[in-house]
Amino acid sequence: MAELINLVLLAMLALTALRIIFLKDLFAVIMLFGIFSFLSALIFINLDAVDVAFTEASVGAGISTVLMLGTLALTGRKEKANSHSSFLPLVVVCITGAALIYGTLDMPDFGDPDNPVHQHVAPRYIEESPKEVGLPNMVTSVLASYRGFDTLGEVVVVFAALIAVLSLLSIRKETEQDASESGLKSHHVLHVVAKLVIPLIILFALYVQFHGDFGPGGGFQAGVIAAAALILYALVFGLPNAFAVIGAKFLYCMASAGVLLYASVGLFSMYKGGNFLDYNKIAAEPLAGQHYGIIIIELGVGITVFAVMLSIFYAFSSQTARSNIK
Amino acid sequence: MLEQHLAALPILIPLLAAPITFILGRSWFTWLFATSTSALACFFSWHLLAAALSDGVLSYALGGWPPPWGIELRVDTANAFVLLAVSTLSTLVLVYAKDSIEKEIEASKHSLFYTAHLLCLAGLSGMLLTGDAFNLFVFLEVSSLATYTLVSLASDRRCLTAAFRYLVMGTIGATFILIGVGMLYMMTGTLNMLDLASRIDVYESSRTINTGMAFIIVGVSIKLALFPLHMWLPPAYTYAPSAVSAFLASTATKVAVYVMIRFIFTVFEVEHVFEEMRMDLILMVLAIVAIFKSSYTAIVQSNVKTVLAYSSVAQIGYMILGLSLVSVTGLMASFIHIFNHALMKGALFMAVGAVFYRVGSVDIKAFRGLGKQMPLTMAAFTIAGLSIIGVPLTVGFISKWYLVTAALEQNHWVIAALVLAGSLLAVVYIGRVIEAAYFQEPTESQAHNKIKEVPWLMLTPMWVLVLANIYFGVDTSLTTEAANAASEWLFQNTEMATTRQEVIK
Repeated sequence: MAELINLVLLAMLALTALRIIFLKDLFAVIMLFGIFSFLSALIFINLDAVDVAFTEASVGAGISTVLMLGTLALTGRKEKANSHSSFLPLVVVCITGAALIYGTLDMPDFGDPDNPVHQHVAPRYIEESPKEVGLPNMVTSVLASYRGFDTLGEVVVVFAALIAVLSLLSIRKETEQDASESGLKSHHVLHVVAKLVIPLIILFALYVQFHGDFGPGGGFQAGVIAAAALILYALVFGLPNAFAVIGAKFLYCMASAGVLLYASVGLFSMYKGGNFLDYNKIAAEPLAGQHYGIIIIELGVGITVFAVMLSIFYAFSSQTARSNIK
Repeated sequence: MLEQHLAALPILIPLLAAPITFILGRSWFTWLFATSTSALACFFSWHLLAAALSDGVLSYALGGWPPPWGIELRVDTANAFVLLAVSTLSTLVLVYAKDSIEKEIEASKHSLFYTAHLLCLAGLSGMLLTGDAFNLFVFLEVSSLATYTLVSLASDRRCLTAAFRYLVMGTIGATFILIGVGMLYMMTGTLNMLDLASRIDVYESSRTINTGMAFIIVGVSIKLALFPLHMWLPPAYTYAPSAVSAFLASTATKVAVYVMIRFIFTVFEVEHVFEEMRMDLILMVLAIVAIFKSSYTAIVQSNVKTVLAYSSVAQIGYMILGLSLVSVTGLMASFIHIFNHALMKGALFMAVGAVFYRVGSVDIKAFRGLGKQMPLTMAAFTIAGLSIIGVPLTVGFISKWYLVTAALEQNHWVIAALVLAGSLLAVVYIGRVIEAAYFQEPTESQAHNKIKEVPWLMLTPMWVLVLANIYFGVDTSLTTEAANAASEWLFQNTEMATTRQEVIK
């Protein structure tokens, strides 16, 4: 049954991808990207990778769709006609595809428990992590403790993305536009619904943030969900009102603070005589140390991801507002 | 206490300094802070190289988890040597940048420049020091995103298309590396490089592993701008701010060359890659084509930064050529050239940036008569240019010497002759600029407005590099000792991996 579901989902994934390639309407392409991400999230669920599915749904289908729509508002809806020949790219893509298929020929059987992946490093994660790290969610144990340095690197990647966006588009405060005039002013229903929904979204973000140790979730997803709540606020009530809630300067500080909070856990464990990010040394009890360490670094992740996502949205949408005035 | 963490410090210092620099805002203090953190990282990388030369290998288990369960930083002479070049160049470029970016980057973006520079330094250091294949990918992403940002910061609008092209090509390269690492993980169940090496033996003839290897080598080749995959590099280096060109040309591609060496020698076995897959032939042919085609293209350019960019592609050809000879001397020549090329290209791009600072153009016409007007800058350009050509008493000569020796060891007379012929092409493209500077009269417009020498903050790092070009060209003890230790170590590595596997079991 699971295989049948996988086949159907993969077929839908392939169809979506083909449609994306041939469609010229960029708005529809972005919607299809969202569908593509949801389909991949479903496949991940079918593979029992719930954490990955959650991330894919919130980041891939959620925030990146919003950011791509923000880009679309600046660029226009239609794809320009392609003037140069696509023969060479086609050859390159065919060779790459053939190489990938060739690579599958000696792959171990799908889902076989004797696969190398299940035999070498993973058994220790599965058997020892409840004793060594003490968290019920092994995925969090691996990414926050065993491979915590990778996660720090990923947070820095997110931070670097903010630097990259700001180097191209700076966030401008609109002075020409009156705060009360902005947003979707006449949509009373939207106003009421948004006011009801936003606190719940923030509450859910906090739940995802702090429940990551026990179930799927963690800083990345929580940061994105919280950013989505504020993006909704900015869309319905207008950018000037959103600036009044959280200004750009404050967001920059938050983005830096998240990275520094994460790294400070590492520095503290160095101070206590351990290696960088050795949570065992943070508290008297190693397990308590692991728990504190993971909670703090997840918080750092959440803060940076939230601040970066919202800043990128600000950067895009403050450009749109300006071009509309012109 | 710091001794214990020596391996982690060159990554952590710039990594922590970057977010702080971002919130410091726009002031001279930001520059001072960024420069001094980079200098601190440089200081520790000196210590790291000294420790690696005396002790052999330093292993640092992040999070206290032993490899392969946790991430390991693994420092040996090979990566400590390249790290020294990267962190030194980063510091000198930051000193140089203070005045240089005034003319090339909008004032509101200066703190973004310093932040992106430190992120790039942290990413490159991470790629060098890590002993974990996936961790390498993470730091590759950090450094790549930072380099795209750095290229796009110039006030010349053409930098945007250059940066976009770089972004697309770089992302394809990174994705290929990720696919390759994924395939290796699937077949071995581990990500630690040494552990991978010992477990790949079991599946040696596997088509999946060979495909993974091909993807990694092609991906890294895009990143290091190996000949047919180099098209992103000339526009990126041409339109980036001069300080950025100086930093990237002397470090970013070199770190990618190191990654290639690391994957071939540490993860996949040398015999497998070179004797069974015949990768050395492919690399050798591409390297030679790179040297001649790019040097020829460099000759016909009118923008001096483009000349230097094509020259970089040719110089990467020399590094890959040394690697493809598959001998201790050949690999040693590659390592020496990685270090030496950083010294030459850094100085050359700084000199060209100085010309832009005063004249406002880097076209070859703008160089006319500058020999009199900017004597120190043009003298620096000339000496570093002689080094690129490979004149005795400069580092370029040392690189070529070892490369030719390595070729002659295996009786590759043709290759030795081709290396020397490549130098003649360098004489032409460097010579054109020098001729314009010393033997041509300045244009009408330039003769009237007095062109002065650049500020000392720009001259000092330039001349430090120029003097290093001469110093390491005369006293080669540091470079040859480190490069020799590095390449001998890499050739012995296979046995090391198997003994370690027993320890882990």
